[in-house]
Amino acid sequence: MKLTVNNEEVFASTGGRPFDKKKPLIIFLHGSGFDHTVWMLQTRYFAFHGYSVLALDLPGHGLSKGKCLTSIEDMAEWVKNVIDKTDCKEASLVGHSQGCLIGLECASRYPRTIKTLSLMGGSGSMPVNPILLDLAANDNRKVVDLMMDWCHGPSGQFGTHSIPGMSHINIGSAIMTSKPLKEILCVDLHACNNYTNGFEVAKNLTLPVLTILGDKDRMCSLNAGKKLSTAIKGSDVYVIKNCGHMMHLEEADKVLVILKKFIIANFPS
Amino acid sequence: MDPKTFKFNTKTLHSGYQPEKNAGSRAVPIYQTTSYMFEDTDTAAALYNLEKGGHVYTRLTNPTIAVLEERVAALEGGTGAVATASGMSAIFLTLMTMLETGDHIVASSSLYGGTSNLLRFTLPKFGINTTFVKQRDTEEYKKAIQKNTKCILGEILSNPINELMNLPAVAKIAHDAGIPMIVDSTYQTPYLCRPFDHGADLVVHSLTKWMGGHGTSMGGVLIEGGKFNWQQNDKFPSMTKPYEGYHGLSFTEEFGPIAFSMKARAEGMHNFGPTMSPTNAFNILQGIETLSLRMDKHCLNADLMVEFLSAHESVSWVSHPNASDYPDKELANKILPGGKGSMIAFGIKGGKQAGEIFLNNVQLASHLANVGDAKTLVIHPASTTHSQMDERTLELAGIPQDLVRLSVGLEDIEDLKNDFNNAFRITKKTLK
Repeated sequence: MKLTVNNEEVFASTGGRPFDKKKPLIIFLHGSGFDHTVWMLQTRYFAFHGYSVLALDLPGHGLSKGKCLTSIEDMAEWVKNVIDKTDCKEASLVGHSQGCLIGLECASRYPRTIKTLSLMGGSGSMPVNPILLDLAANDNRKVVDLMMDWCHGPSGQFGTHSIPGMSHINIGSAIMTSKPLKEILCVDLHACNNYTNGFEVAKNLTLPVLTILGDKDRMCSLNAGKKLSTAIKGSDVYVIKNCGHMMHLEEADKVLVILKKFIIANFPS
Repeated sequence: MDPKTFKFNTKTLHSGYQPEKNAGSRAVPIYQTTSYMFEDTDTAAALYNLEKGGHVYTRLTNPTIAVLEERVAALEGGTGAVATASGMSAIFLTLMTMLETGDHIVASSSLYGGTSNLLRFTLPKFGINTTFVKQRDTEEYKKAIQKNTKCILGEILSNPINELMNLPAVAKIAHDAGIPMIVDSTYQTPYLCRPFDHGADLVVHSLTKWMGGHGTSMGGVLIEGGKFNWQQNDKFPSMTKPYEGYHGLSFTEEFGPIAFSMKARAEGMHNFGPTMSPTNAFNILQGIETLSLRMDKHCLNADLMVEFLSAHESVSWVSHPNASDYPDKELANKILPGGKGSMIAFGIKGGKQAGEIFLNNVQLASHLANVGDAKTLVIHPASTTHSQMDERTLELAGIPQDLVRLSVGLEDIEDLKNDFNNAFRITKKTLK
C-alpha cells in the first residue's frame, strides 16, 4: 500500500489483505537499516485475523521514497502523520530495536492515539559503537557484516530459519546493502546514538507495554532491555532463550504467540 | 574488529542445522515422510496461507532438504535456496518462476546439452524463445537483448569446451537492461566461485556433481541473491503484481529479498513437483561436509593432468584455464582465484575414431555421462551428451568431433596417467 506523508510516497505492507480503516490498526516499525520485510512472519497473521496492518518502510528505506529522517523524534512525528493519513483514531505500535525508540517517543507524545506498545530487542537508549558509525559513514560493507554477526543468536548463526531454506544472515545483509549505507544505515545509527530520552519517557507511560528480549542479544543487551521494562509501569516481559537481537525472525513463532496474546488482550479486534 | 560469523569450511559442516532442535542428533536426520501433523486447524490454515513458516508436504518442503537448502544458500551468500530433483529441474524451475509466454532469453550457445535442448525445443512450446550467443563474445549478449528479453543465462565455464564467460561484464549488460543474470555454477561449486560476488542474481547447481561428489544421488538447487530489484520495471508482473494463487499476494512486496525463492516454492514446487528425495538430500549433505578438501584435490589433480595431456604426443589440444594457451587466463584468475576446476577438454589425435577407441580402452577412468564424481570420468560429447545437436549446432557450441571430456577425480595421479598412457598406446596401435 502506498500513502503520501509529508509530500513523500510511503510504502507499507498490509500483510496481504486490503487496508480497512474500520479494523484496529497495528503498525510495525523496523530497526536501523532494515525494512518492512523483517515482519513477514508476524504481519500476515494479524492481517488475516481481524486487524489492519501497516508494516512501514521508514522514509528512504525499502520501497518508501524520500530522505531518511535524522532523529527519533522526527520519526515519531512521522508515524503519527502516517496514522492521521489512514483516518484511524487509534493504533497499536510494534517496534524492533530502533523501532522501539520510535514507539516509546510516539506513545509518549500521543497517548490518546497509541493504545498498546510492543518492544522487541529495545532499550531506553542505544549508544552505537563508534566503529560502526565510522564504517557506515564511509559506505564500508564491513559495518553490515559486523551488525549481522552481532544481530544474530544461535538460530541466526547456525541457520534453521522458520521459512525452510532461507538464510537469516544473508537476508539481513541483502536488505541493508540494498541502499547506500551512508544515506540510510548511517543516518539511522546516528539517530539511535543521539536519542537519550527513552528512559525518561518510559517512566511516564501508562499504556499496556510488552517487552520481548533475547538472552543472547549482543546488539541490545538483556540487561539494557530489562532496565527499560523495569522503568515502564506494569510492562509484560518475555525473555526468549538462545535468541539474539532478531527475535522476530530467529524465533518467529514464539514471538507471534507472545504478540498475539498481548495484542488480542489489550487491543482486541 | 572483524565479524565472527562462520567461515566457509564451518558452514559446510554446520549451516542450516542445530542438533538441539532435532533430538540431539549430531548427524542431520533423514525425515523420510511425505507430510507433517498440524497442531490444530488454525496452524494448518496459517501454514497454507504463508502466515508462518513450517512444513506441510514434502513436495514443497522437508526438514532434511531444508538443511541442505540453507547450507547451500549460506555457502553461496544467497538469501534462500530451493532444492530440486536434479540440476535440470532447478533450471526449469528458475525459468518458469520468472517467464511468461512471449518472453525471450539470451543464452550462451555453449550450454550443457540438456539445458540447450530445453531452450531450443521445450520452451518454444510455451512461447518462450532464446537467442544463443557465443560464450566469450560479451558484446553479442548486449546485441541479442530484445524488448521482451527477461534474463541472460550462462555457465561460467562452458560444458564441455571450458570457455570462460566474462561474468561481471555480462551481468552488467543484464542489469543495464533491467533483467537478471542467471548462472549455472555446477562446475565451480561455491568453493571455487561465488557468482553473486561477480554480479549474478540467481544461481543454479546440479548438486549431483561436485557438491555431492560421490555420484550416488541426484539433486539440483536454485539460489537467490536477494538483490535484484524486480520492481524497477514492468517486466516481471508475476513477481510484482497480486498473485491470485495466494489471495492476491505480491511476492516482492511481501518477501523482499526472498521473493523469488518464495514464488519458486509456492508456485513451481507446488505445481510442477520436481522434489528432491530426503535421502538424496542427506547423501548430498555428506558430500558437502568435505567440499573444500575434495575441491582442492580435484583442482590439483586436474592441473597435473593438464600438464600431462599438454605434453602427450597423442593429444592435439587441451582446454582448461590452467592450460598454457588458454585465452582468458587473467579473467580466470579474477573469477576463479581458488582453483580452476577439474574439467578438462582435450582433442585426441585421430579424430572421432580415435576418441571411441580411447574410451573403450581406459580402465580406471569411467566412461559415463556424469561429471564431478570422486572417480575420474570420461566421455565423448559429440556422440553422447551433445548428440542431439546437429553438426552446425555442434560447431556453434565449439564442440569438435575429436573432443574428449575429462572430469578428473581424486585417484593417485600416477595411476591416472598410467591408465591414459595405456589407452593412448592402444589407440595409436589400433589406428595404424
